[in-house]
Amino acid sequence: MSFSLKKGETFGTAQIILFLSIAILVIVVAVPVLLIFANAFWDNNGNFNLHDVMNVLREPDTYQALLNSVIIASGTTIGSTTIGTFFAWLVTRTDLPCKKFMKAMFLVPFMLPSFIGALAWKMLLSPRAGYINRFFMDIFNLDEPFFNIYSYLGIVLVEIMYLFPFVFIQVCGALERMDPTLEESARISGAGLGTITRKITIPLVLPSILSGALLIMLYSMAHFGTVAVLGIENGIYNIPTLIYERIHQSAGSFESIRTGTVLASVLVVSAAFIIWMQNKILSKGHFQIIAGKSFRPMELKLRGLRIPLLVACCTYIAITIVLPTAVIFLVGALPTYGMPFTWENLSLENYKFILFDNQLTKDAIFNSVSLGLSAALITMFTGVMISYVIVKMKVRGKGVLEFLGMLPFSVPGSVIALGVILAWSGKFGINIYNTVWIILLAYIARYMAFSLKANSAALEQVHDSLVEAARACGATMWQALKDIVLPLVRPGMLAAFFLIFLPSLRELTVSIMLYAPTTRTIGVAIYTLNEDGETVVSAALAGVALVLIITGQSIINRFIARTTKG
Amino acid sequence: MATIILESVSKRYEAATIFSDLNLQVEHGECFTLLGPSGCGKTVLLRLIAGFETPDTGTIRIGDTVVASAGEESVPPDRRDLGVVFQDYAVWPHMTVLQNVGYPLKLAKIPEKEYIEQAMRAIGLVNMVGLEKRLPSELSGGQQQRVALARALVANPSIMLLDEPLSNLDANLREEMRFEIKELQRRLGITVLYVTHDQEIALAISDRIAIMDETGRLRQLGAPVDIYESPVDFFVFNFMGVANALRTNRRGDAVCVGEGAQVLHGPPQPAGVASLVAGCRPSDVILRRPDGTADAPEGVLRGKIRRASFLGAVMDYLIEIDGAYLRTEVETQEAIARNLMFQDGDPCDIGFHALHWFDGADVPEGHRPV
Repeated sequence: MSFSLKKGETFGTAQIILFLSIAILVIVVAVPVLLIFANAFWDNNGNFNLHDVMNVLREPDTYQALLNSVIIASGTTIGSTTIGTFFAWLVTRTDLPCKKFMKAMFLVPFMLPSFIGALAWKMLLSPRAGYINRFFMDIFNLDEPFFNIYSYLGIVLVEIMYLFPFVFIQVCGALERMDPTLEESARISGAGLGTITRKITIPLVLPSILSGALLIMLYSMAHFGTVAVLGIENGIYNIPTLIYERIHQSAGSFESIRTGTVLASVLVVSAAFIIWMQNKILSKGHFQIIAGKSFRPMELKLRGLRIPLLVACCTYIAITIVLPTAVIFLVGALPTYGMPFTWENLSLENYKFILFDNQLTKDAIFNSVSLGLSAALITMFTGVMISYVIVKMKVRGKGVLEFLGMLPFSVPGSVIALGVILAWSGKFGINIYNTVWIILLAYIARYMAFSLKANSAALEQVHDSLVEAARACGATMWQALKDIVLPLVRPGMLAAFFLIFLPSLRELTVSIMLYAPTTRTIGVAIYTLNEDGETVVSAALAGVALVLIITGQSIINRFIARTTKG
Repeated sequence: MATIILESVSKRYEAATIFSDLNLQVEHGECFTLLGPSGCGKTVLLRLIAGFETPDTGTIRIGDTVVASAGEESVPPDRRDLGVVFQDYAVWPHMTVLQNVGYPLKLAKIPEKEYIEQAMRAIGLVNMVGLEKRLPSELSGGQQQRVALARALVANPSIMLLDEPLSNLDANLREEMRFEIKELQRRLGITVLYVTHDQEIALAISDRIAIMDETGRLRQLGAPVDIYESPVDFFVFNFMGVANALRTNRRGDAVCVGEGAQVLHGPPQPAGVASLVAGCRPSDVILRRPDGTADAPEGVLRGKIRRASFLGAVMDYLIEIDGAYLRTEVETQEAIARNLMFQDGDPCDIGFHALHWFDGADVPEGHRPV
């Protein structure tokens, strides 16, 4: 396009931008990941040592953690995919009442941080003190708890509640975009609805189902919060929680770092494999049969099942969304955990305490907001620059950047945290460990993927000829960038900003490994308060976080509705 | 003087040579069309002139200025004083019609009052007055096209480059717009370089046409009538419309149609061509009902109707003469009046208004008039 380099101009603006983009990704993402591999595979004498790696993997603790990650991720993936696909089919292809509302509700778990959900379920179903368990034990005079949430099943069920929207949204999209003539022609050929569903519909949406399933697999393998809240009590560790435990408790000994880096390497490799699989499935060309237009698909008449299914959906929503959210706010209003929810017991004292009196929680809120804002701003601007080079510029050496740009997508949070510890605690003469700066750096690395995705999508919409037209009208390269490209990618940049700011408000995985006494984030504060037995304060802070997140989300929704309309 | 001169220009993309050693001159004030099949590199040529690409060899001159010369710093597109209309319009979606059209003036730092006046004049020129506050998303394809045209015209460039600007429009609008472009070009006296694969538009608007083939070679350059009536080779002939190609065989000195022995009379034959093909347009064919004699009269060929199609206003016939095929049309009224309503299998007599000789080697195997 117009910014292709002229011959002879070997060190122009394009080269500088390319160099800068590569430098940012190398420093922020590549160096930490490389250091993890280096620490895992080379011993302290500088020799490549696969033997030690195998020994670490054979240790019972690490082996068990790997196994647990696989067990939990598999269970979560199977459960979420089944539920997500079923609900997606229900709200797109049947005559279920209030489908629009249902669809919106099924997407709510996207907003809710899963570790807060896990906390809520702990309050409801912990074996001795959980409200539901106590309720059933009192009524039926049981000695055993009704359900023990500190178990594989408990962890998997809670993860399913918060992860199934990944499949749900993908399958909904595929079912809505699918050309109904494909099904209609099968029907004309004499196929019944069952046959059509089995032979036409399912094969057509299968790529979307699989891609959503792999996304869940990736997320669950690398997921910290739920397992940390529900598993550690019973000694159930997965990869990220074991990394955390080792790094945190052994204060940086060589052995623990070794174990951490080996586990992190396993995570990175599995993540890369999952992403590779996903790309393979998505590039198989199912987009050809799924047209971009919106059609009115066939609807299955549920008849007698209509009302029972409606009740089932409402019950699901009530149990998985309303109940845990309500419990968080209610427990946050109690003087001590375990008291019954009566009017006399409820007050706003805890909320007042965390917002105005307690230095720790006040710091945490301030830290999270300022970290989120700075990370979002920095990542938004660097992301738009890097995407611009990848999508629009023709420069030699771009391939390197394209590869580096893929990296942030496959590096889980706990890996990034471990990587920045290795890189920035004095190894290169810079020691920012125990400061907010190391958390900021890790946030930038963690959320770069969101920014690259949103900005690339926006830039791909800006056709080259729009810039060329400006050039032909007499605009210089910079004028064309300012007048044409920037206004057109602004929505993408804003999307990137919010996609980073909101999740960073509830971030736990990265900050739990990097916090110092004064650099707690909201997530860390909720988690540590809960660990310290300050359940009600922790719940109150979680409630405040939920209010912040829901407010932010509704502002974005309104903003998106406005921009798509105008 | 707004001339465009290309001197031995070559351009390659990695392995593919788009064109090599191309020479071309577009004169001041003319409407020049570069006509060729899709993928022949005509858009690349336009982009070279506009300055979005640089030539690998050769020189490009606009007026007296060398704007690009291989190995040297070329003049950037924003300093070439051109109006460009892109195939996909490239109307900026975030600006109103007035902002789109006025953008070149804004860049030229023209004071606001004057700038609005001038932009409105350009909007008037393309009959878009009243729509100037609209966003492109609220306009039809044809209207967006006009915005692009007005934007290219507004700064009074001496040269306009148009890249298939009408290809996305429906037939009626395309017809209307092509006359408007011609009319504007005449009125404003600007040089227009128009790139298209549509020979009808090329014939309708051009002062001169250059025909380019798939390898980027210029086959013929001339006035529309010359190109249509005197094609230099079969490629040009075939490209400009429905092309009948009658293969022949030699019997002594005589050239006979198809595999038969009927002698084909035509213009003087070119020397040194092994197998001759006679080309004619459907309108060059003279069709008659045979008078009952076994053989056709002197200078007339006897053939057979292979397919008779009634298309309303015209009868369309596919005729076989000794293994060679040609197509012709007769107006229905005339066909009825002159007893030319043939059925499949009827014999018929054929003569020609005009014939062209081509080298049989240039005619693709199995060529059928379509």
